[in-house]
Amino acid sequence: MNKQCSAMAGTLESNDIFITITAVGGTDTSISLSSIVMNQFGEAIRAVVTQCMAQSGLKGVEVTVQDKGALECTIKARMETAIARFKEKM
Amino acid sequence: MRNRTFLFMPGNNPGMLASAQCLGADVVIFDLEDAVAQLEKDAARTLVSHALTELRPQGVGVTVRINGLDTPYWQADMQAVVAAGTDFVMVPKIESAEQVLQVAEAIESARQKHAITAPVKALAIIETPLGIENAYAIASASKTLHGILLGAEDFTASMGAQRTAEGAEIAYARSRLLTACKAAGVLAIDTPFPFVSDLEGLEKDAAFAVQLGFDGKAVISPHHVHRVNQAFMPAPDKVNWARRVMATARKASEEGKGAVSLDGMMIDLPIIKRAERILLLADA
Amino acid sequence: MKRKYISTIAAALRECGLKDGMTLSFHHHLRNGDHVVNMTMDAVAALGVKGITVACSSLFPVHEHLIEHIRTGVITGLDTDYMSGPLAKAITGGILPTPVIFRSHGGRPRAIGEGSLKIDIAVVAAPAVDAMGNITGTEGPSACGSLGYIIPDTQHAAKVIAVTDHVVEGGLARISIPHDVVDHVVVVDKIGDPAGIVSGSISLTRDPVALAIARNAQAVIKASGLLQDGFCYQTGAGGASLAASLFLREDMRAMKVHGGFLLGGITKYMVEMLEEGLFDNVFDVQCFDLSSVKSIAQNPRHVEISADTYANPNRKSNCVDFLDAVLLGGTEIDLDFNVNVTTDSNGNIIGGSGGHNDAAAGAKLTIIVAPLVRARLPIVVEKCTTLTTIGSTVDVLVTERGIAVNPARKELADRLRDARLPVCGIEDLHDQAVRMTGKPLAYERGDKVVGTMEYRDGTIVDHIYATKQSI
Repeated sequence: MNKQCSAMAGTLESNDIFITITAVGGTDTSISLSSIVMNQFGEAIRAVVTQCMAQSGLKGVEVTVQDKGALECTIKARMETAIARFKEKM
Repeated sequence: MRNRTFLFMPGNNPGMLASAQCLGADVVIFDLEDAVAQLEKDAARTLVSHALTELRPQGVGVTVRINGLDTPYWQADMQAVVAAGTDFVMVPKIESAEQVLQVAEAIESARQKHAITAPVKALAIIETPLGIENAYAIASASKTLHGILLGAEDFTASMGAQRTAEGAEIAYARSRLLTACKAAGVLAIDTPFPFVSDLEGLEKDAAFAVQLGFDGKAVISPHHVHRVNQAFMPAPDKVNWARRVMATARKASEEGKGAVSLDGMMIDLPIIKRAERILLLADA
Repeated sequence: MKRKYISTIAAALRECGLKDGMTLSFHHHLRNGDHVVNMTMDAVAALGVKGITVACSSLFPVHEHLIEHIRTGVITGLDTDYMSGPLAKAITGGILPTPVIFRSHGGRPRAIGEGSLKIDIAVVAAPAVDAMGNITGTEGPSACGSLGYIIPDTQHAAKVIAVTDHVVEGGLARISIPHDVVDHVVVVDKIGDPAGIVSGSISLTRDPVALAIARNAQAVIKASGLLQDGFCYQTGAGGASLAASLFLREDMRAMKVHGGFLLGGITKYMVEMLEEGLFDNVFDVQCFDLSSVKSIAQNPRHVEISADTYANPNRKSNCVDFLDAVLLGGTEIDLDFNVNVTTDSNGNIIGGSGGHNDAAAGAKLTIIVAPLVRARLPIVVEKCTTLTTIGSTVDVLVTERGIAVNPARKELADRLRDARLPVCGIEDLHDQAVRMTGKPLAYERGDKVVGTMEYRDGTIVDHIYATKQSI
């Protein structure tokens, strides 16, 4: 895998979520999350992102998530797009 | 289902997708074509698919405008949106009966592949001179085709004409399309009024579309929806007439009578259908 | 003539006998363009005085400046009807040693009148003053129109200082506050920034969801049967609330209804309705734009009212009691129709009642307008984070996805259903919201009390707690 590999999806607009997946080497997946509804949905967002990454089969990546109040279907959609774009670049 | 207004909504905007059903339009069109940049075609397709599957708009017809048959995106679009359960697939730049058949076939194979039992219909956009020339052939090409929208912006560009609020430059295209649709028995949908802040012009344009006999009208701004719906509101005397027709028909049916007349006119099936349509539009 | 004139704010404060522990009061008619509160507290600090309670009818981002005075102990108490911006954030974080007293626009003059809010010195930002010391809000570079919120203060405070940037030599055309309550007049370069005081033009929202809500709200009013001659109405100055007034105008024209009064914060749309003859009067406790400032100066039917007249429940009558319908906002509404306009769902202070619980209590029909979901947060919650307005005074919640009617208003619900409006239970709206967003985790309250919620009649209905983490 190209170590500089990085893909993005989504926007920072209200109701959207901005996802960046970057190759960092190794086998771990780290997730850093910020959200305007962190108190209420931080756990739920992390769970969805974790599950999407688990299903993706990607390893050794850092996922940065900036949430602006996206509904779950939007999070899933943006994750799906970011993962597909990342895989295309690999 | 009423089909007075067809509202275009950008397909890559999560906030707008969520509120699609609240804007008063009878049908919403999630747009994967002109409203989405090339680099975001994949993102929009995925977003709309998830939105349709998990956050299905209630009480409105759902259409997705996929990318044109001349692009590398349309087949993936077709698969995704049929699988996600759209009511209609709207295809731009249709110019021939062959293309309609191609679309119909793609819809059918997508339905089978994803085990979709509910019907999925096609809406074609005619927006080129050749499309207008082939209007009747397009309109009568397939049972899967439910209606045709006139795309005046691209059409006037191809014609080298200037798009105006009064619309003299699209008069022929409108009439030709309308006639073809009526002859083939498919929905005729008028082109959107492109001047977003000219609400007076919009009202005139919508009234004209209704007068010509269009079944519905596309709109490009949520601010246009209410006025276009209003334009389709039948006049009070028409509503009264329709009520009387239905009452007469009901009474005749109860009394076991066959043919009845009202005001010297036979109440036959076409008359009843017209009355039903008026009452549906009037929400009465 | 100018015997009340004194050179500086500091000198005026000294003359008034400023001491540690006093209560100073201010109005918020200059809104986020105000300079007077900050200037005055700078002067207090320079005089070495500490322990002051600042009783300002509302505090805005511009009052961030006061944080420094809180840190140094110059200010040890706040008393207000509304608070926003960095100051609100700092207060939520717990920098003030005593809880802020949050009142309503009607409760504040009630407290002043009955003596529970004792004002030692009222400092009046005065857009224009004449030689005698008469004050008006309708002239001058910092004109703000109505001065209604400070009128009760000037009638009860021990001392009154007017701070102005515009001295009128030839006498005033209109007088809001007469010279006989004024102790001192100070002239400064600028009492405020005009751009922050009034808007050049309040623009109507373009948000289609807000418009859909506004349309629904007016449909509720129409179906309620209240839209008849003599109709009295109050609404907000932005968003769905403001847009709804345009739909009201359409209906009043079509139905040929002649209204009684428009009330509250006034914008050009209300002025236009008055000038069109749709209403007898505008009763103005705050001007939001240049159009309303001009109108209050020129049109006798556009009347300045004090906060007492507006909403003090202890008066023989008050304007909100005559309201037929009012449109209000909210950050949260719970299953009992209680409304929160003071904090967000994270417990951060973002506002306050203002006239909210007053108008809700007085109006025959109280309508809360709000989108069902705001950036993944449901508007309908099980229990409000903070209680600003009591549920029994709230009749209807109008969202873009449905209308909930307070179960106590069965006849109203029937009327709305007969008019084919999308009526449902508030629990249904709650469920619908949660289905869209997922179930939010409960906000975890901190322990320190940073605010006391005093309802308009003086009862304490809730407290505000410091947040565990500030967002």
